[in-house]
Order: sequence, then structure tokens, then C-alpha cells
Amino acid sequence: MRVVIAEDLHLLREGLVALLHAHGFEVVAAVESGPELLTAMLRERPDVAVVDVRLPPTFTDEGLQAALAARREIPGLPVLVLSQHVEQLYARELLADGSGGVGYLLKDRVFNAGQFIDAVRRVADGGTAMDPEVIAKLLASNARSEPVGRLTPREREVLELMAEGRSNAAIGQRLFLSDSAVGKHTANIFTKLELAPSDDDNRRVLAVLTFLNGKQAP
Amino acid sequence: MNRRTLTALARGAGLLGMAVLGQLVGLVMLVAIALSFLIGLVFVFSPAVRLTRATTRLQRRLAAEWSGVTIDEPYRPAPPPPQRQRDGWYREGRNLYKTPRVPAFNRRLSWLVNDPATWRDFAYLMVSPWSSGLIVGIPLLLAVTGVPQLVDGNLAGLLPLVVALVTAPAVAPWSVHVHGQIAHALLAPTEKARLAQRVSHLARTRIDAVDSQAAELRRIERDLHDGAQARLVAIGMTIGAAEQLIDSDPAAAKALLAKASEASATALRELRQVVRGIHPPVLAERGLGDAVRALALDTPLTSHVTVDLPNRPDAPVESAAYFAVSELLTNAVRHGDATEVWIDISHQGTALRVTVTDDGRGGADPERGTGLRGIERRLAAFDGVLAVNSPVGGPTTAAFELTRALEETIPSLPRWKRTILGLCWGLCWLPLFPQGLVAMVMKLVGSPERSWFLALYLPEPLQWPVIIGMICLGGVMLATGVTLANQAKRAKVDACASS
Repeated sequence: MRVVIAEDLHLLREGLVALLHAHGFEVVAAVESGPELLTAMLRERPDVAVVDVRLPPTFTDEGLQAALAARREIPGLPVLVLSQHVEQLYARELLADGSGGVGYLLKDRVFNAGQFIDAVRRVADGGTAMDPEVIAKLLASNARSEPVGRLTPREREVLELMAEGRSNAAIGQRLFLSDSAVGKHTANIFTKLELAPSDDDNRRVLAVLTFLNGKQAP
Repeated sequence: MNRRTLTALARGAGLLGMAVLGQLVGLVMLVAIALSFLIGLVFVFSPAVRLTRATTRLQRRLAAEWSGVTIDEPYRPAPPPPQRQRDGWYREGRNLYKTPRVPAFNRRLSWLVNDPATWRDFAYLMVSPWSSGLIVGIPLLLAVTGVPQLVDGNLAGLLPLVVALVTAPAVAPWSVHVHGQIAHALLAPTEKARLAQRVSHLARTRIDAVDSQAAELRRIERDLHDGAQARLVAIGMTIGAAEQLIDSDPAAAKALLAKASEASATALRELRQVVRGIHPPVLAERGLGDAVRALALDTPLTSHVTVDLPNRPDAPVESAAYFAVSELLTNAVRHGDATEVWIDISHQGTALRVTVTDDGRGGADPERGTGLRGIERRLAAFDGVLAVNSPVGGPTTAAFELTRALEETIPSLPRWKRTILGLCWGLCWLPLFPQGLVAMVMKLVGSPERSWFLALYLPEPLQWPVIIGMICLGGVMLATGVTLANQAKRAKVDACASS
């Protein structure tokens, strides 16, 4: 699997390269600024790009902008965005085109190599990987909305994990539930949120995220 | 006689009445001055000044409402009350007093006597009936001059009345306006007083700003000390312990390392919180508009954000506005029971204006809430003002404005106008002088030399029209150039004036 990495801190960039390399990824470009990232993504058309939000030259949201620009050129280009802080606003922008293949994680998640690599693979396959903190904020801002209030605590847990982008199997593993139990919970959630059920994991996640995002007027 | 004239006449009469009243108050003040400074009855001075100020305050209000002339209060800020010393006495200069009454009185007296505004008020009251009072009373006085003749049965006495009525539409509104101008001359703060007020305002806001900065720094220091710093120490110790154990008990060492990694994640989370409190990352990355949008997304309220800003304000201003909005949103959620909030960020000239409206139950009072006081103090450092309208039962609207927050955007002339300006300035000399005036001189002198004067090559009957045409063309180009240049200059002056 071919990866482009954009990260301005030398140590962290090298760390990411080594980590991905060790897990069988082929790092085709490791760049350190926004413009370089955009050209690298358009030239290499990687299977996935791992991008830091804040990059030179402006040290603002250069990485995010480059990722969004590249996705406008190549729709559905998988991008995993890393940041020191997570914002619902940025998550919405990444999810806005509704084509999936996006991830948005705190940089700390790199600590847990297994989960991080899992997230990279999920994004590369066109799935999503949302940071638990984003999901927590999303749910908090939906806390007063009626349908979310009707979920049972267990269903909320399942919803959280589902919104993070995890598959039924992964959710079951996490919550020590059987696959059929998870299936039952997700079906309940979809009924309560009045969403059309779907067998495809990725579509399902996008539907949930769109629902949670839709509660706020832009 | 239309409504406007009638209003102006009524106001004129009112102002004339005020002038007469003012004269009486002025006489009272004169007596009070005489009593205080000739025979030492100083205690009458303060009430007399209070009476004068009440009168001039009314005059100022009338000037604003009737004459359209805004006059600010010129008075120096009142002295602070005397402080009780630790030994229970009150010190004033070299004297000690048992009660605060005498030192407070002394301070007040010297404040009143030394404030030039006191004497200017007095001067105004004495002078106004004989200046602005007369002007404003012109129609009335004119009409009255005919009365003795009328009493004698002479119809000529109607003449002044007729003149007064005919001229009233022009004279009455004008006189009311002039009255305001004259009042402004004596009742407005002098440049010195204005500067003194500004200095005391700046001193106060500076102290506030420094205080709140220091408090912020202390809070950050505490957060770092109790949070991330302590955790890093713990992580270091855990890793040290793991190092010791790694050979003898690898399983335990592994458990310790897992703990260290967990602690580092917590430390990072805490650091993020601290950073958010210092300068939120979205604000640095995207500016005020998106930062407020992000803030609104994080609240449990349904939010509507509209942003209309031409450019990014300076970082400190942005930050002050951001934290003010943040505090207002917190208030809406915590105290107002709001479910929906509207945030509007706009600009007027160089002023940044933010309005936060929620559908909560209202009843917020800046006098009681420390949160609102905090916002006011934060904004004051940038000459910002906060206005809160929160009737019990809601809705609550809080608006604040930061003047001079945005860079001046001087509207430059559109491109085509600039091109014309350049062409006119650059080329007007050509038709005007060589082709026009000089050719005219050549023609008049009858010089055989034709040189490069276009007109002289033409057939005889066309020569004069072309020369005159050239001069006109040059003149028009020059005039256009001057007009456009003036237009550009005026736009610039307007932009500066509105700031």
C-alpha cells in the first residue's frame, strides 16, 4: 500500500515512516509543507495520505487545505488527518463531500501503533476513522436532541464506536458482544434515528456522522 | 408654516426659557461664590455647583435632542472617598480626622473649585441669555416689538409680526442649531479636559488589562504545575522503575510502561486544555469567524453564525472577541437555559461588532454577574463596549463593539477611473499647450513657422476651430483629472474619519 506522509516535525515524520514501513506500507513521499504535499498527492495518487493539519509555510491549517484541495482534484482520495487538537468544524469539512475515505485523529493516537495502523487501513479502504474526542463532542452537542436522548446507554456506546468508523466485528470485540447482538443494537439505533439501514459498513458510518452533524445549522 | 418650523419655534421658545432659568441659576451661583470666597461660607459652594451642573446637563441634553449637537460631559472624575487608616484615623494632607466627613468634604470642594468645567458652566449660564438666548428668541422678540404700537392702536405694529412669520421657516431652525453650537463652545470639554478624561480612562483600562493578564498567567502556571508538569515527573519515575525491572521482571516492566504511556496521553490532553485557554488553535489557524463557528458547534445549543469581515483583526483583538463570545455562550447555556443561539459578527467602518442572541429566560445583569464584568474588562482594554439587553423571560441580546479593530479599507477608485485619471494628468498638457495655446500665439503673430502644430497644417477656415477645440480638450482633461483626484482624496478622508 502506497502512502504519502506530511509532517513538519522531523522526529515525528521519521517515526511515522518507520512505523508504516514496519507494517508493510510503502512510503512514496514524506514531505514537510503544504504545497509539497499537494503536488506529492496529485503526482503519486497514493492509496492513503497521512497529513498533519498545521504545516509550513503559514503554520495554520495548511495540511487540511491541501488535503481538501487534493480531494477536489481526485474525489475520494483517502486522507487521514492528524492534529494536536480536534475540532468538529474540521471534521465536518472533511466529511462534507460524503465520499468517505477520511480520517481525523489526534496525534496521540499514534502511540497505540496497532489501533493507528488499523485506522490507516480503514481509511485506505474508503472507510472513516474519527477520533473518539470528535465523536464525544458531536454527541455532547446532540445531547439535547430528541432521537439521541432515546438511545439506551449500550446503544450510545455502540453509536460512539460506529461513528468512529469501526466495523461490527470491531465493535463486538471492544464491547464483548456477539456479532448478532451488535447487529441488533445497530438496527435499533437506525430505527430510533430514523435512518435507512444499510449493510455496507462505510455507508452506515457516513449516515450516522451526517445525522450527528446535521443537528447544527452551519 | 410647516411642522418643522413650528417645532423649531417651540424649541426656540423652550431654549429661551431655559436661558432665562439658567441666568437665575447663574445668579444663585454668583451669590454662592461671593459667600464662599468673600466671607468663607464654603459649604454653600457645593450645592450651588450641583444646581449649576443639573442645569447645564439639561442644556446638553436639549442641545443633543433639539439642535443635533452632541456635547460630552466635561467634568473631572469625582475624587475617591478617603481611606480609613489602620489606626482608625483618616488622613488628609498633614491632618488626621476621626470621621471621613471633613476630608471627604475638603476633597470634594477642591475637586469642584479646581475643575475648569465648573467655571465654564458658570460663564455659560451668565452669557447664554445675552448670546444664544437672543438668537434663538429672534422670531419671538421680533413679534413682541410691535406690541406697544398695537396697544396704541397703530396697525404698523403688525409689521414685525409679519416679518417674523415670513422669515420663521428659515430663521427658526437655524437659530436652534446656532444655539447648540454656542452651547458646545462653553459646555463641551476643552481639549485639555478631554485628554485628561482619556488619560484616566486609559490608566484604568491598563490596570485592568495588566491585572487580568497577570491572573491569566497565574492560572496557566498553576495548570501546568499541577497538571502536565506533575504527570511528566510521574512518567519519568515510572519509566525509571520499568528500567530497573526490565531484566528481573519483564511482565511488570511492561505493565509500568503501559501506565507511563497512558499518563503521557493524559498529560497531552491537559496540555491541550491549557493551550485552548491561552490561544485556541482554530483561532490561530482560521481567524475569528471559523473559531466562533467551531465554538458554536461545541455548545449543546442549536446555533446560527453569520460572519461578515473584510479582513482579520489583530491577534489580541481577535482573542478578546473570541473569549467574550465564549463567555457569552457559556452564560447562555449555564444560566439562561437557552436552546438556540444566533451569533452575528459584522463590521462597520473599522469597528468590529458582535451580537449574541439566545432564547433563554433572560434576566442577566452586568452589575451582578462576574462573567459579564470580566468580559467588559477584557474588552475595555481595546476601547470596546458591551451592551446587554436581557429582560426577565428572555430573550437575551448581548452586543459588543471594538472600535478600530479592523484595518482601514480605503476604497480605491475603480480601475477604469484610475486609468482615466492617469491619462488626463499625463496628457492634458499636450492639447492645452503646444497644440492649443502656443499654436494660438503662433497664429496670432502670423509666424510662417508651422513646426508640429497640427492646426496650422489644416486649411485656413478649420485652423481657429481646431486651436480652440484643442484648448477646450486640454481644459476638460485637466478638470477631469482634478475632479477624480479630489474624489480619491475624499474617499480616503472619509475612511479615516469613520475610524
